[in-house]
Amino acid sequence: MRDMVGPSLGISAWALVTGVAMVKSGLSVPLAILMNLIVYAGSAQLAALPLIATGAPLWVLWATALCVNLRFVIFSAHWRKYFGHLPRGQRVVLGYFAVDLSYVLFLRRFATAGPAPEQAAYFWGGVAWNWWGWQLPALAGILLADRVPTEWGLGFAGVLALLGLAYSTLSGAKSWVAAGVAACAAVAAFSLPLRLNIVVAIAAGVALGMLLDQRWPDIAEEKS
Amino acid sequence: MPMWHTVIGIVGLALVTVVTRSFFLLPERELPLPAWVMQGLRYAPLAALAAVIAPEVLLADGALIATWRDARLFAVAAGTAYFAWQRSILGTILAGTGVLLALRLGLGW
Repeated sequence: MRDMVGPSLGISAWALVTGVAMVKSGLSVPLAILMNLIVYAGSAQLAALPLIATGAPLWVLWATALCVNLRFVIFSAHWRKYFGHLPRGQRVVLGYFAVDLSYVLFLRRFATAGPAPEQAAYFWGGVAWNWWGWQLPALAGILLADRVPTEWGLGFAGVLALLGLAYSTLSGAKSWVAAGVAACAAVAAFSLPLRLNIVVAIAAGVALGMLLDQRWPDIAEEKS
Repeated sequence: MPMWHTVIGIVGLALVTVVTRSFFLLPERELPLPAWVMQGLRYAPLAALAAVIAPEVLLADGALIATWRDARLFAVAAGTAYFAWQRSILGTILAGTGVLLALRLGLGW
């Protein structure tokens, strides 16, 4: 639990921004609360907002969230090494609550893969802390947003949060190129109907990244 | 978007959370995945973020913004500078939002 206190300040600020951004992008207060309670994935929620606001088709909305969340797919392979012996129902519940911070802290605490008795307590303690640290500030942001005039443009704080997240995901020259190509493609293809520009841009970015990996496999991804 | 449409969208997003977070926990047996798939997956989150961010910053009503007097550009510049300096996501949000509010409320951009 002690491990959570420092980082959870950041999580709470992020939640506050998400709460404000949800309402300022046009979601009603009850819908924003619903979204925050059940989706429980900040970056996917923020990425979904412009798409909901412009009436993108549902599959584009879901596909975008899926891509933003793909890191969890990779995390889940690691979780399996620790919790694979549990029944499936418990594994799914556990996975649902396993946010980025749980992953980072857990793997730091239990560096050697494999189940151990004290893991469950550590996991659920962190998860509970994180859940409240996210939900309460987000709720505050949702209710606060109603009192802030829309002209202030606070919804843009959500975009800035995504920007910071994107920067922290960048690792090495190849990922810069892939991100740049995706950004250009998203703007260039903006006139496509149904916000398909997002799909085109993701495909372009991933394809180029994989191509660069093939061509120059030995360029190290220095963690900048 | 009609309200029920948004509700379906949100419920779907919740399912996306469940499926991605527990993806490899779902099957009863362990799933082997080829290394190149895992490699490709690495670029997808970043590409998705860039694809969502870029139009939000660079476009106004579906066209490239024609003026440099747009508070968003300066907010992004401030956020970028802060991240380059301190590597903090929270600071990026605060710096960018501060500049945004100053320009919007102070200069009416």
